[in-house]
Amino acid sequence: MAETALDQSLDHRAAAVAARRHFLTRFVIYGLLVVFAAIYLVPLLVVVLNSFRDQQEIARNGLISLPRSFRLEAWGQAWSTYCIGGTCEGMQRNFYNSLKMTIPATFISTAVGAMNGYVLSKWRFKGSEALFTCMLLGVFVPGQISLMPWAFILGNLGLSNSTYGLVLIHVIQGISFTTLFCRNYYISIPDDLIKAARIDGAGFWRIFYKIILPLSSPILIVTVIWQFTGIWNEYLFGVVFTSGQQQPITAALVALTASGTNVRAYDVMSAAVLIGALPPLLIYLFGGKYFVRGLTQGAIK
Amino acid sequence: MPLLVLGPSLAASFVYVFVFTGWTLYISLSNSSLLPTYGFVGLDNYASLWANRRWNIAYTNLFLFSGFYIVGSMAVGLLLAILIDQRVRGEAAWRTIFLYPLAVSFIVTGTVWSWLYNPTDGIQAMVRGLGWTSFSFALASDRHYAIYAVIITGVWQASGFAMALFLAGLRSVDQDLVKAAQIDGASTFRIYRKVLLPTIAPIFLAVAVIQIQFAIKTFDLVAALTKGGPGISTTFPAIYVYDLMFQRGQIGEGAAAAIMMLAAVAVVLVPYSFWVVWRRRKEAGHG
Repeated sequence: MAETALDQSLDHRAAAVAARRHFLTRFVIYGLLVVFAAIYLVPLLVVVLNSFRDQQEIARNGLISLPRSFRLEAWGQAWSTYCIGGTCEGMQRNFYNSLKMTIPATFISTAVGAMNGYVLSKWRFKGSEALFTCMLLGVFVPGQISLMPWAFILGNLGLSNSTYGLVLIHVIQGISFTTLFCRNYYISIPDDLIKAARIDGAGFWRIFYKIILPLSSPILIVTVIWQFTGIWNEYLFGVVFTSGQQQPITAALVALTASGTNVRAYDVMSAAVLIGALPPLLIYLFGGKYFVRGLTQGAIK
Repeated sequence: MPLLVLGPSLAASFVYVFVFTGWTLYISLSNSSLLPTYGFVGLDNYASLWANRRWNIAYTNLFLFSGFYIVGSMAVGLLLAILIDQRVRGEAAWRTIFLYPLAVSFIVTGTVWSWLYNPTDGIQAMVRGLGWTSFSFALASDRHYAIYAVIITGVWQASGFAMALFLAGLRSVDQDLVKAAQIDGASTFRIYRKVLLPTIAPIFLAVAVIQIQFAIKTFDLVAALTKGGPGISTTFPAIYVYDLMFQRGQIGEGAAAAIMMLAAVAVVLVPYSFWVVWRRRKEAGHG
């Protein structure tokens, strides 16, 4: 009797120690996560808050401080009246430039990539793998290599300093990625499906429209998200091949923040930064699953 | 029909990869200055490139940045992945928080962080405002330390990416292996060290290779964060290329610098791709 009682109390004590240890590990895990989350969120929070604060209040209390004022004017100024390098139209024109560049470039490169992927996975021919490898090299070539050739080509096509020129660059540059994504996805569609359709007399395009495309929505979403965020966020080509009113929003943001005279208009600049960041952020928040999938697929080939 | 569809893309990619590279290579061997010209000068541009102090700073920065950036983002990414892997509540929310910097551009990140680093408005001002008046945090405006400001910001932006890849790797490990180790009485720490991490070793290499590529191409982040300064202290190869080609009208030497960037990418990628092919063959052989 006595022994079992002792055993029981020992068990209790062991359980209590285990429970305490468990609690402690959980505490450390969540504590670390909270610290890192703060490091990640504070910069975003600072920008969001400052876009609503009064410029004089920011100047007085610094950027990182609890807001003591609330106003929406900075957003209006950033959008339509703030002056960048002599023109006072805010970011709206650059925002539209970015849309005009990103939307066509995204859809053209995705469509071409889907067709390429279809050919390279379902209509393979001798040497098609080697050609695919050649196309892949385009992913790795640094943009700096292509600057001079593009300058020459855009100049001759009359596309210097125009959004169409940037569309052309992003389509050509994007094909490698979109082809890679689609080809790797279509590989997993059973060849028997295609064979059966061919026996039934379906041709190249019919198979594409009736079999491949209906199965493609996951990869097309991943590709569109990847291309959209990549092209929207691109800076090098934007700053090299366009100027002033033709610039996409990334280049305009740099011009805006560099044009600060003595007093830095942090309120307007914060709003401008958010305007530039919002489209990809929204896509990320609503298509997060696909965004992450694109990231991991793009990375591990 | 298949060839008809593929043809234009193939031609475009071929031009993009080979013709453009060849073209730039040729310009780098020519006496181009303000405009491309085609007088052949051999390796003169490369000689003057490597004799340039600014280029020396640029590639020293690249080495420094690459090392810290890769190790830093992988360490933070791995820690976050392991933390999230402990069956935490609200996993999706944590992941969303750590990954969102990847959705925004380096321009946005660089701009915002340049404000945080600004001594009179940012972190230093905040801490001094709290009462610690001698606190000093002026990384980005000190030319000996500005490169570390770039590194910290880069790690901040890229850790989520490493986390996502590590987490995907940890989740793909055969759960029977983990269970077997648990039955043997191995602690969580031991299981990670002896079972999980060795299994996902290839992911470490993949992450490192991708990060090195990013590092070599670093342009936007520096352009927005420090503009290569103070002085020339945070010049990177990509900044140097841009500056020579479009600000100083020394196209030949700029092209030479661009070719050096391509060479750096190749030095990393060629051995890696051979390794990947070799590993696939080996696995196929065993299977």
